[in-house]
Amino acid sequence: MNTAADTGHGHTLQVQMQVQVRYFAALREALGNGQTVVVPASCTVGQLRDVLIGQGGPHAQMLARGRAVRAAVAQQMAHDDTPLAPGAEVAFFPPVTGG
Amino acid sequence: MAWAEVQVQTTDFDLSAEVAALRAGDGGAGAVVAFVGTVRDRAGSQAPGSITAMELEHYPGMTEAAIQAMVGQARQRFADLRSVRIIHRVGPLLPLDQIVLVAVSSAHRGTAFQACEFLMDYLKTQAPFWKKETAPDGARWVDARVADDEALARWGIVAGNA
Repeated sequence: MNTAADTGHGHTLQVQMQVQVRYFAALREALGNGQTVVVPASCTVGQLRDVLIGQGGPHAQMLARGRAVRAAVAQQMAHDDTPLAPGAEVAFFPPVTGG
Repeated sequence: MAWAEVQVQTTDFDLSAEVAALRAGDGGAGAVVAFVGTVRDRAGSQAPGSITAMELEHYPGMTEAAIQAMVGQARQRFADLRSVRIIHRVGPLLPLDQIVLVAVSSAHRGTAFQACEFLMDYLKTQAPFWKKETAPDGARWVDARVADDEALARWGIVAGNA
């Protein structure tokens, strides 16, 4: 899903962007409050999750596919196919248990 | 109306004072329904006293906005809903403490009962809060319940939480 742009200098440049990742509850305890991540410009929530899983270690463990992880983009509940904008605030957290 | 419909706070709340504020000066309100959720000292079939403390975490900003959006949904669904007050506590709590208040008023009881339950069912699966229970053998994050997703499904809304 990477997009590429011609730099005009005979080679192409991957178009990337930064997003701000935040974690809550059990994910926060294991991974910290959050991190800045560089992803392809056309990235979705699901692709960002895969990038984070690719970091290995506790990220791979806590965000593993098959594990119940919910997400929000710009503080709205989101899904795997929710697109990300540059600078987006993306949160990952376990199913909610308030009330 | 001076007070906020939705509030997330560490401090306790006074049910009587909240209901009084909800109804204040509203001669059109003929029904008030208030739900108060409290901290149990056991989960499932555990012995009394199995849970000694609870910690509630939230997502500042998103939590308040999500609940406010639920109030908007309730107003669309129940046209004669009058006042709404939702308070959810966060931070350290103890067994028997009050956690959450959902109080609503309407002209007649039917809407008040329904709107209160609708808001509570919605909040359980869509508002970003997380409970961590402390027991004698350690602390653990509480698992979401499928039954809570099913409760929201009765209103025709897919929760997709648990």
